[in-house]
Amino acid sequence: MTDSTPDLTEMTQLTGWGRTAPSAACFVPVDVETVADTVAMAQKASERGALARGLGRSYGDAAQNGGGVVMRLQGAAEDVVIDDVAHTMRVGAGVSVDDLLRVIVPRGYFVPVTAGTRFITIGGAIASDIHGKNHHREGSFGNHVRQLSLLLADGSVAVISPTVRPDLFWATIGGMGLTGIVLDATINLIPIETSRCIVDTIRADDLDEVMAAMEQGDDRYRYAVAWIDLMAKGRHLGRSILAHGEHATLAQLGQKERDTPLRYRAGIIADVPPVFPISAMNRATIKVFNEVWFRRVPKQRDAELQSIPEYFHPLDMIGAWNRVYGPHGFVQYQILIPYGEERALRAVIERLASSGASSFVTVLKRFGASNPAPLSFPAPGWTLTLDIPAGTKGLSAMLHELDRVVLDAGGRHYMAKDSHTTPTAIRRGYPRLAEWQAVRNSVDPDGVWQSDLGRRLGLID
Amino acid sequence: MQNSFGEPQTVLLLGGTSDIGLAIVHRLVTPTLQQVVLACRNPDDASAAVAELGVGGVTASAIAFDATDSAGHAAFIEDVVEQVGDLDVVVLAFGVLGEQAEFDDDPAKAAAAVTVNYTGSVSVGLAVAKQLRAQGHGHLVVLSSVAGERVRSANFVYGSSKAGLDGFAQGLGDSLVGSGASVLVVRPGFVHSSMTEGMKPAPFASTPEAVAEITVKALRSGRRTVWAPGILRYVFMIFRHLPGPIFRRLPLG
Repeated sequence: MTDSTPDLTEMTQLTGWGRTAPSAACFVPVDVETVADTVAMAQKASERGALARGLGRSYGDAAQNGGGVVMRLQGAAEDVVIDDVAHTMRVGAGVSVDDLLRVIVPRGYFVPVTAGTRFITIGGAIASDIHGKNHHREGSFGNHVRQLSLLLADGSVAVISPTVRPDLFWATIGGMGLTGIVLDATINLIPIETSRCIVDTIRADDLDEVMAAMEQGDDRYRYAVAWIDLMAKGRHLGRSILAHGEHATLAQLGQKERDTPLRYRAGIIADVPPVFPISAMNRATIKVFNEVWFRRVPKQRDAELQSIPEYFHPLDMIGAWNRVYGPHGFVQYQILIPYGEERALRAVIERLASSGASSFVTVLKRFGASNPAPLSFPAPGWTLTLDIPAGTKGLSAMLHELDRVVLDAGGRHYMAKDSHTTPTAIRRGYPRLAEWQAVRNSVDPDGVWQSDLGRRLGLID
Repeated sequence: MQNSFGEPQTVLLLGGTSDIGLAIVHRLVTPTLQQVVLACRNPDDASAAVAELGVGGVTASAIAFDATDSAGHAAFIEDVVEQVGDLDVVVLAFGVLGEQAEFDDDPAKAAAAVTVNYTGSVSVGLAVAKQLRAQGHGHLVVLSSVAGERVRSANFVYGSSKAGLDGFAQGLGDSLVGSGASVLVVRPGFVHSSMTEGMKPAPFASTPEAVAEITVKALRSGRRTVWAPGILRYVFMIFRHLPGPIFRRLPLG
């Protein structure tokens, strides 16, 4: 893209991973050399502003900017610079975690925080301040960013960190891309002896059992996540599979695996075809799936060796799995409910279970301490995540109803997943929104950085 | 910006006192809705609807809109956008029915009705389309009529204006493909409303609420044309192809 100026008239329809609520924008690839010029051109072209988009894995409209410019920042994982003394890396913001792991795992490192998919970019991980299964111990992605370069609305580049311009730094962590475009970042790495995980799995028969087991496991395990069968009711309400894990040490590997302790292979077994005219996800198919999934695990299984893709990114094995939801797409609903408000969590799960809304992947996690970012999602509490076909009857009304339960309990919504909630809900869930807006306005007084999500949820004017 | 369920945050009704238009707006009320603008000749006529809609988190307002003032339509839409931001759903529902006999006597009156129904819709429709294109999303709902599908002698001035409107709206929708914006053409049959008060209902008569239900469902599923009730699609498929001598003899009122 260095040779030509981008065409800012051709429009592309964009959606998030949930494939709902599309909007059209000028979608152009940029690199670190062309990005500033493209942003300047975008400002001249219209008042709809500009936004960076990674791999489009946010579920809703976080990476859409209808009528404006949306940029995909290119980056090569091979260009990562690893500091073996400090255990950090400097990496381009457009680099995907998928590409990055292929480079860093064989060198004995893992990313400090990984989402449920590796098809995200470093820039997206920062903008959403993503969390993983280790939040209760190690916090979210932003906790591990040492420094970042941010392209500002005026075309200058600010190098910021928790000590240099901390206000802007923390406004950018979880700032949904609305403070500028992250160009590169210096990030902590986890040194690993092997590319395997050692996983303890238990099957919990109800919600109380899984919640108690998760609380007890917090200190003992680095990684923890529970998968809930939301179709189970009554005394089985909340029956779950809880998987605790840790990176395996060399000594924990079998004789054969010790020859290639850092071997990393992450493939896609199959792709869902692009035309999937109806949703394959209905109450019957999801119920069968959930039953099989639940039964395949014994009551307890200890010290099982799993690969990184198996343990961290199981859904990535199926390419474009979002297509199975058919033309209406699907909605992911992820909420936080603070500790001490377990009654609200139970009420939400009960309401979902009794509604007949079928969720394919329902996940429960415990969060540890929050970081200083005003719009960061994680805070001490439980987080529940579900995927529901958007065509489900009465779903919208039920989610609005659940929103009230969540907000009354002092909880909030994860904006990277959101595609349904309201500005009021965001104002209540994120009481420091005004503080974030003040920082944003100070570096972007003309409102260059815009997104559909920003407009829809009232983050920006 | 509408949410993932197709629930809009802003709605503009052109023809703010139209029974069908208001029924559609009522159907679009959810916790997501924030702004409703009712545009009509005399804003006072919409005060009851404004009071009814402006509850909960919804801000409703009525503003003056003259369908015959084509020169002012672009500025009018700009003003509305200034007030409420992006337009998620715009419902074009204004129109006059008139009496064919009156039109026969007073051709100027017929031309005035056509100006409202067709010319006014063209200018404001294009102004809306420009805005939707610029924002990269949004839906324009155009209330056409089966009367335009095969024009009858009993109301051919009205019918021909709706035929023009229908063609305009379809073409506009095609021109917006790829822009993120879309047009939904709604073709109701006879609807019991203040517009048809005192008239003899035609077969398959419907209500504003029923038309609204069909319209909002079609909006959510991304359809481009919808009939209300749905059976009229097949009825008019036949009517369109009937030879003139037979069509003229049908007891269609």
